[in-house]
Amino acid sequence: MLRFIFGRLLVLIPTFIGVSIIAFAFIRLLPGDPVMLMSGERVMAPERHAQIMAELGLDRPMYIQYFDYLVGLLQGDFGKSIISKRSVLTDFLTLFPATVELSFCAIVLAVALGIPAGMLAAVKRGTWLDQTIMGTALVGYSMPIFWWGLLLIIFFSGYLGWTPVSGRISLMYFFKPVTGFMLIDSLISGQAGAFKSAVTYLILPTIVLATIPLAVIARQTRSAMLEVLGEDYVRTARSKGLSPFRVVGLHALRNAMIPVITTIGLQIGVLLAGAILTESIFSWPGIGKWMVDSVFKRDYAVVQGGLLLIAAVIMIVNLVVDVLYGLVNPRIRR
Amino acid sequence: MKKFSTLVAAATLATLMSGTAWSKTLVYCSEASPEGFDPGLYTGGQTFDASSRTVYNRLVEFKHGGTEIEPGLAESWQVSADGTVYTFKLRKGVKFQTTDFFTPTRELNADDVIFSFERQYKADNAWNKYVAGASWEYLTGMGFPELIKSIDKVDDLTVKFVLNKPEAPFLANLGMDFASIMSKEYADKLQADGKMELLNQQPLGTGPFAFVAYQPDAAIRYKANPDYWHGKEKIDDLVFAITTDAAVRAQKLKAGECHVMPYPNAADVDELKKDPNLTVIEQEGLNVAYLAYNTTQAPFDKPEVRKALNMAVNKQAIVDAVFQGAAKVAKNPIPPIMWGYNNAVEDDKYDPEAAKKMLTDAGVSGLKMKIWAMPVSRPYMLNARRAAELMQSDLAKIGVEVEIVSYEWAEYLKLSKEKTRDGAVILGWTGDNGDPDNFLDTLLGCNAVGGNNRSQWCSKEFDDLVKKAKVTSDIAERTKLYEQAQVVFKREAPWNTIDHSVGFIPVSKKVTGFKMDPLGIHRFDGVDIEE
Repeated sequence: MLRFIFGRLLVLIPTFIGVSIIAFAFIRLLPGDPVMLMSGERVMAPERHAQIMAELGLDRPMYIQYFDYLVGLLQGDFGKSIISKRSVLTDFLTLFPATVELSFCAIVLAVALGIPAGMLAAVKRGTWLDQTIMGTALVGYSMPIFWWGLLLIIFFSGYLGWTPVSGRISLMYFFKPVTGFMLIDSLISGQAGAFKSAVTYLILPTIVLATIPLAVIARQTRSAMLEVLGEDYVRTARSKGLSPFRVVGLHALRNAMIPVITTIGLQIGVLLAGAILTESIFSWPGIGKWMVDSVFKRDYAVVQGGLLLIAAVIMIVNLVVDVLYGLVNPRIRR
Repeated sequence: MKKFSTLVAAATLATLMSGTAWSKTLVYCSEASPEGFDPGLYTGGQTFDASSRTVYNRLVEFKHGGTEIEPGLAESWQVSADGTVYTFKLRKGVKFQTTDFFTPTRELNADDVIFSFERQYKADNAWNKYVAGASWEYLTGMGFPELIKSIDKVDDLTVKFVLNKPEAPFLANLGMDFASIMSKEYADKLQADGKMELLNQQPLGTGPFAFVAYQPDAAIRYKANPDYWHGKEKIDDLVFAITTDAAVRAQKLKAGECHVMPYPNAADVDELKKDPNLTVIEQEGLNVAYLAYNTTQAPFDKPEVRKALNMAVNKQAIVDAVFQGAAKVAKNPIPPIMWGYNNAVEDDKYDPEAAKKMLTDAGVSGLKMKIWAMPVSRPYMLNARRAAELMQSDLAKIGVEVEIVSYEWAEYLKLSKEKTRDGAVILGWTGDNGDPDNFLDTLLGCNAVGGNNRSQWCSKEFDDLVKKAKVTSDIAERTKLYEQAQVVFKREAPWNTIDHSVGFIPVSKKVTGFKMDPLGIHRFDGVDIEE
């Protein structure tokens, strides 16, 4: 098992270098530059523009800039934002927990509802229940996130007044972040009602972000389950007289889980993509919103550093998924 | 709403029970994260709202809700007869804010004023490059490095600006955000501690609100400055809840999660007006949107051709379609709320028949042209693509074939200023300081050709008038010169002036004293809220 993990880690190195090159080149391929965009309609004199670009080191050949960047990376220096002048790593560490908190809640919701729904649909195949579940999943999958988020806000926050519109916690609560996870920090703060407030602010964004993964997981679980339910060993288990609950819940589910775990792993990337929109609608101060803003402002340092950090997280998550695989199915380890 | 009210009630109760008085909090749903907190470094309105208009003051201030200049940290000033020496008498006893991160030991003096400016243009000043790529965009853009000969301390409370040449808009420029006065004592301490970058993260000034904390992309917190020289503000706490989506901002306002929001969607304004808990404040913007021809290229080098094209476009239809009426058709390059506006100028009348004839008389037939439509929405032009389409169909009626082109915003800004650009460009401008010079010379002066002068138009007659007005200090005289310049502009028609938009700010009825500023800034001094 250790060898398996080590082998996986080795593969990460070239991937990481590849990502760093892509992240570096991608933002520079876009037309325009941060200095020009900062001045907007106000035209900056070309000499002044050149001078500022030189001060930022952006006038040097690309490969030198990249080399410099790489040297910085090896020392753990992700650079400073061209716009805000703050450290990219510090900002990432401030904002990332918000994205993780939201994504975690969303994936938990998606798994908690998606797997039982998929199982139910598989077991009740062809019935109205199956059709309802799969129909709903299709609608969820096709829902434009932006529209869906706004719809929920208008209905639940505006019309019913059940949930707050946007943000992470009521502005009445103010405490220094300790972990960056609002649910935990609000508990630590000891302020009455803070935790409850944090929970209410999480509800709508979690639902919105969970929608697509939920649909995907439900569909995947259903099809994997159907496949497994037709296998010989399931038939054997049934014929042995095991209760349907044991057959489905134990024998079938465990084997059906392999493709489902893959799907859940793949959903992490989807979640981050969805987080960009969800965060924008719900004014959720996470990395999605941060990255989009930075792309628009051509904040090279933030985009290249942020992308790399996000890629690192995804790679680590994938590694964990691979290891989980290995645990569920020992054959994969070889 | 109920939940929120419960939370507010709970928080109120908790505060009361802990023995402290309940504080009045005003929440402003701001439209974007501030770029930073040093107003000298940036150009974004959201940055100015969060730094210069809350934390800082300037020597002179724009009157709240207007563009006139009134005393700020300088209680009076004198201008020498030749217009090159400005002597400011500073207000006595002005205290800098006391915060968690700094406790001032002295009051405002001339050193602070000199520091605030010199750091932005003296290359040998330690603060000139305290962050990488500090462009000091506004100070440079307003020509200060060439303009200022020296800034001298006469005594602790008197400071003298010596200019290389007379410059009438100078005083108005000192009311701008970049001219915010900082504490030299605070800066010295940051420098000694090796934490200079904190000047851009933890601002400290003399303004109505003291900075408390910034939670990136989420909220900015301020508390009323108890030592404010104008007297402590009526609200105790000010919070900016950063909410980038306009539709969500509107929902937050309706739900009572914030009390003031800028930049509503044009389509939401009617609904917001209907809400019994809200008041929608309107203010004509200090802006203009225009279509700039490239006057160096045939046949657009002929004024009669440009005029004919102007006459073919139904501007009222554009204003109706794009702004749902929340704009005025523009006839001059400066907005009507600005002094110097020449109301006697007659706009090119919408008359396709006459336009067609003028074009034929000018020997132009089968004209094909490009119209550039901006890819972004700006206060002065919400939907340039739609405007371009309307122009396209209007011009088709006089036999002009229009191709609409667009580029990504950064590319658009860059390519549109090139002298060899093919086509007419839709763009606009929002005034910085309420001075006509900021429009007429900045956008149409000969020295701006290849830059802000998108029509590449250089008329000696126009330029002489504007340049003369720049060095004249008498405002009546300047008004006359600008009025004449507008007549020349209309006759030569380097642009088709499209509109001056109206801005809206929906505000909770609980809020009193909020005024909308034509300069596009959002101020919270003098504002109160009933709880």
